[in-house]
Amino acid sequence: MPLLHVDHMTHWFGGLRAVHDYNLAIEPGQVRGLIGPNGAGKTTVFNLITGRYKPTEGHIALAGTDITGLPSHKIAAMGLGRTFQNLRLWRHMTVLEHVKMARYSKITYGLVGAFFGTPKRNREEAEIEERAHALLELMGIQHSADQIVTNLPYGAQRRVELARALATDPKILFLDEPTAGMNPEELGQMMEIIRQVHKELGLAIFLIEHRMRVVMDLCQVIQTLVFGEVIAEGTPEEIRGNPRVIDAYLGKEVMA
Amino acid sequence: MSIGTLKVWWAKLREQLSRAPLLGWLAGALVAVTLELSVGTPLARALGMAKIPVLFGFDLALKQPQIFPSALLYVLLIYVLPVAAVAWLTARPANLLAGDLLRRSTAISALLHLALLYAILHLWTGISDYRVLVVRLMLIAVMLTLSLNVVNGYMGEFSCSHPGFMAIGAYTASVFSVGLFVAGGQLGAGLLSPALGPFLFPLGLILAGIMAAIGALVVAIPSFRTRGDYLAIISLAFMFIAKSLFENLEVVGGARGLAGQPDWANLPTVFVWTVVCIWTINNFVRSTLGKALNAVRDGELAAVAMTVDTRRTKMVAFLFAAFWAGVAGGLFAHVLRYVNPGTFDLKKLAEMLAMVYFGGLNSVVGSIVGAVGYNLLSEALRPLELYKWIIIPLLLILVMIFRPTGLIAFREFDVQKVLQPRRPPPVTAKLSLEE
Repeated sequence: MPLLHVDHMTHWFGGLRAVHDYNLAIEPGQVRGLIGPNGAGKTTVFNLITGRYKPTEGHIALAGTDITGLPSHKIAAMGLGRTFQNLRLWRHMTVLEHVKMARYSKITYGLVGAFFGTPKRNREEAEIEERAHALLELMGIQHSADQIVTNLPYGAQRRVELARALATDPKILFLDEPTAGMNPEELGQMMEIIRQVHKELGLAIFLIEHRMRVVMDLCQVIQTLVFGEVIAEGTPEEIRGNPRVIDAYLGKEVMA
Repeated sequence: MSIGTLKVWWAKLREQLSRAPLLGWLAGALVAVTLELSVGTPLARALGMAKIPVLFGFDLALKQPQIFPSALLYVLLIYVLPVAAVAWLTARPANLLAGDLLRRSTAISALLHLALLYAILHLWTGISDYRVLVVRLMLIAVMLTLSLNVVNGYMGEFSCSHPGFMAIGAYTASVFSVGLFVAGGQLGAGLLSPALGPFLFPLGLILAGIMAAIGALVVAIPSFRTRGDYLAIISLAFMFIAKSLFENLEVVGGARGLAGQPDWANLPTVFVWTVVCIWTINNFVRSTLGKALNAVRDGELAAVAMTVDTRRTKMVAFLFAAFWAGVAGGLFAHVLRYVNPGTFDLKKLAEMLAMVYFGGLNSVVGSIVGAVGYNLLSEALRPLELYKWIIIPLLLILVMIFRPTGLIAFREFDVQKVLQPRRPPPVTAKLSLEE
């Protein structure tokens, strides 16, 4: 049984069909890529699966449970972590607080603990903090734990987002253009981090990417989306050689 | 003496004084209020005043400007110099003691500081009834400001219904106390013995808070489905509904109001409730569950993706804030021992918003400073009567221009840091540098 299963998903924005008959099956530990030209509907696919939009038709199952139409925070708590194309960090919070926040659904001390500062709350907050520090160390940003996140350089902010997503204990990680806006050096570091996260935590990863180098390097299977429809699916070699993909998307780059 | 040397002296003085921990300052304040008790009146007479300036001269600034300088001199002699001297002289033992207490237990240290603070307030207010009234109203204002800050600051929504919650609390607590314990009052014969009253009063206040929270539910259910300005509009409507509801409820006196509340909201009661309010709210906003408010405010999409239940988070915070507004309302009614619907109008709302935005958004200390500062200013401007309402908004506009988020915004109130000794002895200082 696949970890994530999307079955004949279609979505309409009013009269516009953004996604049409989309199918997906991701196995545990697999790294998947989703490519396609601008406006193809890649982020919409992400938003549909993560519960931001409810698909017009079709079903989504995570680890065998139907999650179609569930609120986003429940889907996230069930093990679907994500990062965003444009960083969505909380501008008044420190790096550590970001990572701690992702444990929200796992907190058991409840309102009594929150209001009265019970020993249970202190214990639990300390545990969360310890885990958060460990994740920051994995990302190599432990030294900026107490900094307000907006004071960090761009590459570090991306890592905070990734650390935060990992703190939700995901079974599968959705990365929306994880290397967007990065310089070559940051790009190399980010790819290394993604590889490391995949190896050490054994996560399944589903990523949207514009840079062919990144997708071809990281992914085992790649889907190509054009106008909301999957026109090709296969290994990096197959995708690279597929004439329809070259036509729709890679054409200019390969020719150049 | 040139300005340069003055500056050096000033810097040295500040450096010296920054070594005193909170404990030292409190000890200084205790000495100052004792001093005032013993020599305050003769000193005031000697300086040409009829009596002790009750509110640091704030109340005199406009009423009797000719004696304002002597009031300032009095403040310098009775408060500023003794407090600074004691804080400076006791810096070393106070630091040792503060460190020792904190090592034992934060709770014990905090309780001791609070006891000291209460003793100071008790002695200070012992001189005049006016002081007792001002301090109690100030503490209630702190509760209101802080609870409103949870919604308007931490949650980042704009709620206008706080006077309404306060009204619900004021009336609930009043009906509780007048109805149950006052025989021959506006609400008929009392059912229970008045002797029980003071012990059951906390129950009445909790009830007041709960009723206010139920009122908040009425606002929250329709307005949290949507985003943006809806909460502001719905909550404003709620405030007016609450006001006209009490105006038309003849059972509780209608527009004439309800009088005869027993004198249960004395200084220790109000002090304890304020401390509990600050403590729980500070606990809440510093916990990860409470910080979720900031996450929802600064990026709801990301918050949701990080498993935050936005609806629950907002609901809890809103009801919690309303609860404390209700408790504050109940205390307010028992401080004035009279309540009428006209009190809970736009002017009250404007005052609360002014205190929140003046003090600083997203900050417990800011709310305390805002409420205390505003109340002192308000007392100073009292002789201006209606013109007060021109000056206070003007000040608010200035704050908005120069410090858009308020005086002390976005700061955490870390009790441990406040109580800790200021500067460790030199040896440890060296060690910490090497780390």
